[in-house]
Amino acid sequence: MSTNDALIHARGLTKQFGGLTAVDGIDFDVHKGEAFGFLGPNGAGKSSTMRMIGCVSPVTDGTLRVLGLDPLRDGPKIRARLGVVPQLDTLDNELTVRENLWIYGRYFGLSRADVRKRAQELLEFVQLEERARDRVEPLSGGMKRRLTIARSLVNDPELMLLDEPTTGLDPQARHAVWDRLFRLKRQGVTLVLTTHYMDEAEQLCDRLVIMDRGKIAEEGSPLELIRRLSTREVVELRFPEDVPTVEPESFNGQVARVEVLPDRLMLYTDDGDALVPVVHERLHPQSVLVRRSTLEDVFLRLTGRTLVD
Amino acid sequence: MNVYALRVYEYWMLSYRRVWKGSIVTTALNPVLYLTALGVGLGKLVNRNGSGLGVPYLDYVAPGILASTAMLIAAFESSYPVMGAIRWTRTFFAQLATPLRVRDSIVGHQLYVCTRVATAALLYLVVLAGFGAIHSWLAVFAFPSAILLGLAFSLPVTAMAAWLERDEGFNALFRFGVTPMFLFSGTFFPVTRLPHGFRELAYVTPTWHGVVLMRSLTLGDATFWWSLGHAAYLAAWAAAGFALALRTFTRRLVT
Repeated sequence: MSTNDALIHARGLTKQFGGLTAVDGIDFDVHKGEAFGFLGPNGAGKSSTMRMIGCVSPVTDGTLRVLGLDPLRDGPKIRARLGVVPQLDTLDNELTVRENLWIYGRYFGLSRADVRKRAQELLEFVQLEERARDRVEPLSGGMKRRLTIARSLVNDPELMLLDEPTTGLDPQARHAVWDRLFRLKRQGVTLVLTTHYMDEAEQLCDRLVIMDRGKIAEEGSPLELIRRLSTREVVELRFPEDVPTVEPESFNGQVARVEVLPDRLMLYTDDGDALVPVVHERLHPQSVLVRRSTLEDVFLRLTGRTLVD
Repeated sequence: MNVYALRVYEYWMLSYRRVWKGSIVTTALNPVLYLTALGVGLGKLVNRNGSGLGVPYLDYVAPGILASTAMLIAAFESSYPVMGAIRWTRTFFAQLATPLRVRDSIVGHQLYVCTRVATAALLYLVVLAGFGAIHSWLAVFAFPSAILLGLAFSLPVTAMAAWLERDEGFNALFRFGVTPMFLFSGTFFPVTRLPHGFRELAYVTPTWHGVVLMRSLTLGDATFWWSLGHAAYLAAWAAAGFALALRTFTRRLVT
């Protein structure tokens, strides 16, 4: 696809706050209909990137085009076609659930009749019809998040920006949010999201970039990244005392790579079960776990650090 | 004025709908209480001893109360609510995620403040008329004057609300700014009774210009050029406040 088809087109995109460089010359394109993720730890520059795309943070340097337009010049025009789910809720706690949708629709210039109809549809979509007349204040975190998502859909956006959509939610609430996002994806809405949860990135993203310290470390689909940058399986070993040092070469080609973490040892291999008897004999670990490689392992390989500290 | 600002105005009016009943009762009751206590009660004492004001004290103090009420409502509505919409409810951030711009958020909120001041001014003028404190048809101009005085306060306070790091700053504003202006800007007695230094200070306050302007309108001794001068001075405060508010809002919201 050429860059002209890209809903978001960034080259050398940079954001500085005073002397601090939050985003350090990144390149990426987001295409129509895909779910695109920025995966990285806190402070990697994900939110700063999202705010620039959302036209509420001026670009320090580089090129950024959103829906083919320049955020600096056409901010309001771009924002009219975006749906934004910010990291921190900006719902009005004193208003009711329905009023929050209603006033947001009015911000976009929807007529009273349209906004009433749309609010009803969206309440059904996020399963909050029964709470429509309640004030927002006492709602659970998951319900508020769903309301924020509903609100961001009021203008029927071509592009949704979700900054840490499930941070702070319990597992059940996270799945409810993911379910709504899946449906949107199926309807062809382009999703751009940031997350520091690798499972969220694996579940939702067709394609993602791994960000670290303001830069893009790698780009690809979750599967492709795992295949390219990790092995099929991982054997995780825990020890009662100090984690021993081992060389990958000492396993006769069974281990591609070793990562030593403060509390565990990880052996990257294509056949975990075959490795288990070997490590039991040689290393005497307290516990052994064989699992598939995840984006977490990719991240660890790229940065030497874990995603969630 | 633009259609975007009206959408923001709609938000503030929607929020106000939850408290409007109590708010209107207070707004209507206050002038009655003030005029009874100060105009009629205290006024009897003042008039008996020869005030030297040239008019009964009720007629003198009534427009002062009107002006200071416009000031108080405007200053309050632009202080905590504006800071809240930046820091607590983050309403302004929500608005900026839509086609609305920073200036729409400011103007829309000001329209709401104007509505609050206008409602109060209207109720006050009706009560003033009931108390017989209006002596000229020129008093109709006291209505827009009250709104102008309100803007001369609400816009600078709005700018300040976006600039302040913490709400403690408002304590200083009300303690050392608004309350002294309420008491000493020609509201209850002429500023010529103030010692030198303080008198000149009073002339600089928008409150004094608002009070003198409204008093001349309700008493009927307003002159065109003086009135225009006072209005222009108030407008200058409002304009400077708007320019400042655009800067402080942008620095806070667009980073």
